[in-house]
Amino acid sequence: MIAILIRDLRLAVRAGGGFGLGLAFFLIVTVLVPFGVGPNSEILKTIAPGILWVGSLLACLLSLDRIFALDYEDGSLDLLATAPVPLEGVVIMKALAHWVTTGLPLVLAAPILGILLNLESSAYVWMLASLAVGTPALSVIGAFGAALTVGLKRGGLLLSLLVLPLYVPTLIFGAEAVKRGADGADAGLPMMMLAGITLACAALLPFAAAAAIRINLR
Amino acid sequence: MKLSVDNLAVTRGGVPVLEGVSFTLEAGQALLLRGPNGIGKTTLLRTLCGLQEPLEGEISVSTETMAYGAHADGLKATLTVRENLMFWAHTYGTDNVDAALERFNLTELADRAAQNLSAGQKRRLGLARLLVTGRPIWVLDEPTVSLDTASVALFGDVIREHLAGGGMALMATHIDLGVEAEELDVAQFKAAPPKESSDFDEAFL
Repeated sequence: MIAILIRDLRLAVRAGGGFGLGLAFFLIVTVLVPFGVGPNSEILKTIAPGILWVGSLLACLLSLDRIFALDYEDGSLDLLATAPVPLEGVVIMKALAHWVTTGLPLVLAAPILGILLNLESSAYVWMLASLAVGTPALSVIGAFGAALTVGLKRGGLLLSLLVLPLYVPTLIFGAEAVKRGADGADAGLPMMMLAGITLACAALLPFAAAAAIRINLR
Repeated sequence: MKLSVDNLAVTRGGVPVLEGVSFTLEAGQALLLRGPNGIGKTTLLRTLCGLQEPLEGEISVSTETMAYGAHADGLKATLTVRENLMFWAHTYGTDNVDAALERFNLTELADRAAQNLSAGQKRRLGLARLLVTGRPIWVLDEPTVSLDTASVALFGDVIREHLAGGGMALMATHIDLGVEAEELDVAQFKAAPPKESSDFDEAFL
C-alpha cells in the first residue's frame, strides 16, 4: 500500500501532476480579497478566519476529480482492483496522497497568508491547528465523492455538488475555532468537533468509497 | 492447480450476454477464447477476475491466483518504464523487475518516460507486468494488440515458458501465437435475448 502512496506522490510532483494547483488558487484568493474588500484592517481582521477556511476548502475541491479519474482512464484502476491490496487501502492511500500534495501545503501556507488578511496574532496557532486537523477530512470526503463519480464523463460538476454539503461541518467548526482563537476565547470545543469529523470520515468513508468503485468498475 | 468454470452466466450493463459457460484448465494449459466482437469475451474475463459479479455459476479458484491483463496497460505517462513496473512489483510483493524488463527487451528503455514509448513498446511494458505479478493464471484480453511480428513471437515464447512452469493462460485473441492451446468458441454460450415481460404496463410510464 505504501507503493501506491509513493507512486501518487511521484505522479503529483512530475510535470502535469497538478501539484501546486490548489496552493496557487489559495494564494490568489487570499491576495485578491484585500483588494476587493478594501484596506480597512478591522474588516479584514473580522473576515480573515472565514476567508482562509473557504479558500483552502475550494482549493482542496479543485484537484479532487484527479484522485481516481486518471487511474480509471488509463486502466490502472482495474488492475489495482485485481491486485492483492484491498480497495479500501487504495482509497486511504490515495486520500493521504491527495492530502500531502494539497492539504498539507495549504496548512503550511495559511499562516503566511494570514498576514495579508491581518489575522489576529493569537489566532495563528488555531489557524494552523484547525487546518491540520480539518483538511484530512476534506481529502477523505473528496476521495469518496471522486469514487462515486469515477466512471462519469465530466463528473467534476456532480462531484462538487456532492462533496460541498459534506464539507460544510468541517468549514463551520474550522472557521469557528480560528474565530474563537482570535477573540481569545476557548477553541477546544470546535477543535474537538473538527477532530471528530475527521476521524469519523477516515474510519467510515474508505469503505463507502471502495464499494462505490467496485460498482463503477462493473 | 486446476481452474474449472461451471455454468457461468455473465452480464454486461445488466443484460445477460453469456450463459452456461463451462470449461476446465489444468496447470500448464492455455485456453484461447474466440468469438465475434461484442459476444462478451471481455465481460467473461472481467467476471473471472472478480471485477464483476457472475449472474450464476461457479469459479473453482480464488481471484488471488489471477493476473488480469486488460485492453489498457495502466501505465503512468510521466513515470519511467522501470518505475511503472516497480510499482506493480511492490504492489504484488515481488522484486523480479529486471528479469521482466530483460524478457521483454525493455532494458534499454528502462529509464525512458512511458509517454515517450511507441504503442508496441507500451504494450510490451504492460505485458511485462504479468511476469512481475508472480501469479499462476494469466487472464489476458487481446494481449497482442499493436505488437509487431517479432514481439508477438517473443510474447508466444513467454507464454510457453509460463505454461512450462506450471502456469495457466486464458486469452481472448484473434491471432495465432504459436502456443499449443485449446480453443473455446464463446459464441455457443450466447445468452437468449431477455424475454418481453408480459406484465409490462406501458401506461405506467
